[in-house]
This record gives sequence, C-alpha cells and structure tokens, in this order.
Amino acid sequence: MAALLEAHQLEARYGWTKVLHGVTFAVAEGGITTVLGANGAGKTTALRAVCGMVETSGEICFDGRRIDGRATEDIARLGIAHAPEGRGTFVGMTVEENLWLGAYARRDRTRLADDFERVYHYFPMLRERRRQRAGTLSGGEQQMLAVARALMLRPRLLLLDEPSLGLAPLVVREIFRIVRAINRDEHVSVLLVEQNASLALDLADQAYLLETGRVAIAGPAADLRRDDAIRRSYLGY
Amino acid sequence: MDVFLQQVVSGLATGGIYASLALALVMIYQATDVVNFAQGEMAMFSTYLAWSLLNRGAPYWLAFALTVAIAFVGGLAIERLIIRPVENAPVLAIVIVTLGLLVIFNSVAGWLYSYVIQPFPSPFPRAPIRIGRVVFGPHDLGVIGVTLVMLVLLWLFFRFTSLGLALRAAAQNPAGSRLVGIRVGWMLALGWGLAALIGAVAGMMVAPIIFLEPNMMSGILIYAFASATLGGFTSPGGAVLGGFLVGVIENLAGTYVRFIGTDLKLTLALLVIIVVLLVKPSGLFGTSVVKRV
Repeated sequence: MAALLEAHQLEARYGWTKVLHGVTFAVAEGGITTVLGANGAGKTTALRAVCGMVETSGEICFDGRRIDGRATEDIARLGIAHAPEGRGTFVGMTVEENLWLGAYARRDRTRLADDFERVYHYFPMLRERRRQRAGTLSGGEQQMLAVARALMLRPRLLLLDEPSLGLAPLVVREIFRIVRAINRDEHVSVLLVEQNASLALDLADQAYLLETGRVAIAGPAADLRRDDAIRRSYLGY
Repeated sequence: MDVFLQQVVSGLATGGIYASLALALVMIYQATDVVNFAQGEMAMFSTYLAWSLLNRGAPYWLAFALTVAIAFVGGLAIERLIIRPVENAPVLAIVIVTLGLLVIFNSVAGWLYSYVIQPFPSPFPRAPIRIGRVVFGPHDLGVIGVTLVMLVLLWLFFRFTSLGLALRAAAQNPAGSRLVGIRVGWMLALGWGLAALIGAVAGMMVAPIIFLEPNMMSGILIYAFASATLGGFTSPGGAVLGGFLVGVIENLAGTYVRFIGTDLKLTLALLVIIVVLLVKPSGLFGTSVVKRV
C-alpha cells in the first residue's frame, strides 16, 4: 500500500526545547497507524507537527506533496482533520454549530445535509443534543463531538489524539468501534496517538513506539502485540 | 409624563450610538483581548469622509454607503498593516498602539479639516413627529431605527452565516479554528473592518446632534466604555443593552436630577464604570474569565 502520510527525520521544538529528534513514520492509504509511548514521549507533538502547529524541521509529505512549513489552516484544507487532545471543541457553541465549523473548509458544501445524517448515524446522541452547548456535554460526548466534527471535513486522514483519555472503558470501546467503522466504510486513513496500547494495537495495522522523542520500535501492530518482551518492557500490560 | 417619554426616546437615540460603539469595542476585545482606544477617532474620521463626500454634492445615502464601505476597508487595512505586526506583543503594547492611532487620527483630522465645528446634516425630516400629545424629534427616532436595523443585520450575520460563525469561532478558540481550516488572521482583520463600519454609522448618526469636530467622539467613547462595562465586555448583546441603558439613565438623570444637568452627565458615565467594576466586574451579562497561571 502506498503511504498517504510520510514523516521523514522529523524534528520539532517548542522554543529551545527539542521534543522530537528525527522521527520517521508513515500512514498507509486506508490504513490505521498508531503512535504509542509514555507521557512526554512526543506523541502529541508528532500530531501537532503534521498540522503545522509547532516549529519543525525534516520532511512531511501528504499524498506525495510536501506539507511541512505550511499554515495549519491550509493543511486542514488538504483533508487532514485533527481531533486534538483535550477535545478542542468550541465549548461556547452548540453541537450543530461545531459540526458546521467542521465542514467550514470544504469546497463542495452541497451534500452537507447528508454529512449531518452520517455523523448523527455514528453518534446518535449528538442529534439529541444538537442545540446544546458543547461545553455542557460530558467528557465522552465531547470526544464524540470532536471526532464527529473532524468527519464533517470529509477528511482523507483523521488525526486522533488520545481519544480514550479520561473516559469510561465502555465509552472508549464505543469510540474505537466507530473509528474502525469509519476507516473500513469510508476509507479514511487514521493516525492514532494513544496511551492505551492494547486497544490501539487491536485497532491499528502499523505501530510506532516513541521514547523521549525517538522511535524505539516500529512494525506491524500484530507483531508488537505478540512480542512479550516489548509488551512487558514498553507497553505495561 | 410627556417630558419623561421624550427624554426616554432621546435617551434611546443616544443610547443606540453608545450601543453601536460599545459593540464595536466588544467585537475587537473578544477577538484579541485588546480594547481599541482608537475606535472613537476612527468613527470621527469616517464621519469627516462622509462630510467631504456631502460637500462634493453626493446624495446623503450614497455618501452614507460609500463611507460605510471605506470604513470597512480602512478597518481591515489598519488590522493588517498596523496591528498585525504587533500581534504577538504583550496586550499593553497593542493598547499603546491603539492609543497612538487615536492621537494620529485626531491630529490628521484637525490638520485636514481644522478644529472648527461643522454642522452635519440629518437624513431624516425636520418636522417633529406627534404621537398623541407627545412630540418626538425625528432624528432621534431615525437614529433608533438605523441602529436597530444595523444590530439586527449583525445578529443575523453572526448567527446564520458560516462566515459569521467562523468569526465567532476564531474569537473563542483560535487554535481550534485553524484546525478546521479557518484563516484566523483574516477573521481578526474582518472583525476590525466590521467594528470600523459600525463606528462609521454611529459617527454619522451622532454628528447631527453634537456637531462635527475632531474631538467629537472622546465623550462618546467614554459612554461606550461605560456601556460595555455595564453590559459586560464579554457579551455583545449585553454591551448593546448597556448602551441603551446608559443613554436613558444619562438623559433622565440630566433632566430630573438638578445638580447633574448637562455639566455632570459625563461624570455619570464614569460613575457607572466605577460602580459596575466594584459590584460586578464582569458586567450584567458578562462571564468572568478564569485564567490558570
């Protein structure tokens, strides 16, 4: 499979602090890649680097084109939707307005009604709460809203930053089930950053393990899952 | 009773002007956390533009439309050329830049048009309007009408268009807005353009009442501050309501409280600011912002 997203020797810094030291990873067209690692390993920064939200050096290619150094809003317009850590919804706005904003950058706005139907189909509770302000939703509902909003872009690549953070196991499983469905039915490629390694490895086909800003291990998710040594020393389950 | 009604209506008219300017202040404040001290002088300068157009024989509403358009583009340009380079500077630095703009606009207006007070025409008929036994000034009613139409249009724009939605999003959550592809920089510029546009309308509406001169807006701006403080700097609707309230309070106090008269009206605005800040700093409808440090 051809790679949709490729990062080569990626470095990222916040001011003087370097967080990524030459990281190389890829997301296959139609694939799910997961980036694992402990707190502070640079997982979130890797996603932020893809979106042009931090200072980077190295190469990032999307669909064969260089996107490093481009503005965040232009990267979104290429079809890269990012559901950031801490959900990143517009808390002062209604669920419906959040979804509208998700579709803001799209050129064809003709089938917007279909898209509302589509995300309400995945997340029925968003339909019930569509006039409610996003800030009044529960943590799980806000996470679903973040994913739903990302889908409104009709993205080719979905970036998910710790969707399981702080959520009840049942809610997490539901969100992962939906991500799998989106990937399978709509051929949206996914780059998933997670601390919950066992769930992420079940979902993904390719995995990278980050350790203090470097790739410690990379390979097919199934291999990482099977390797007891890796599991015990890095993944802790 | 008749005097009371007349004073309320004329309070609503000036209140509409305070409301407009307060709304302009709040729009920029919400998007950038900056209070634009030059808001009043931008409005004054726009009004002079309208005056020049009228002097060259342009019909009133054509001059009005042209001025509004020029003010919008001017506001946009000010943000792009003057505010943007200091975008990441501390808030205080940006505030000083707006104070600099205030002085520049004031001096340039004085230089171009002199400090001589000029009359400015009202587009509304002169004959007083009689409803029952009460007589209303047509300009007062006209100002209320124009202000309300503008406010409704703005509300529709922010509520029902995707550009308005994007503007609100950019003000609330710039990082999140970039992620959905909103060009936040342009949204800020658009906010400045709209604020300048609102100010231009307010200037043209108030000039027939207080006459045209480079310092005409300094008092009005203080009333606008009082309005925005009263309604809440974080609430556009609150600022508008605050404007109408301040206008009516000011007029009624001037009429019925003898020692206030016309001399102490402005002091009343400052009193409103101080009382609100002491009792409810976030204003009637504002939400207090808690920042983690």
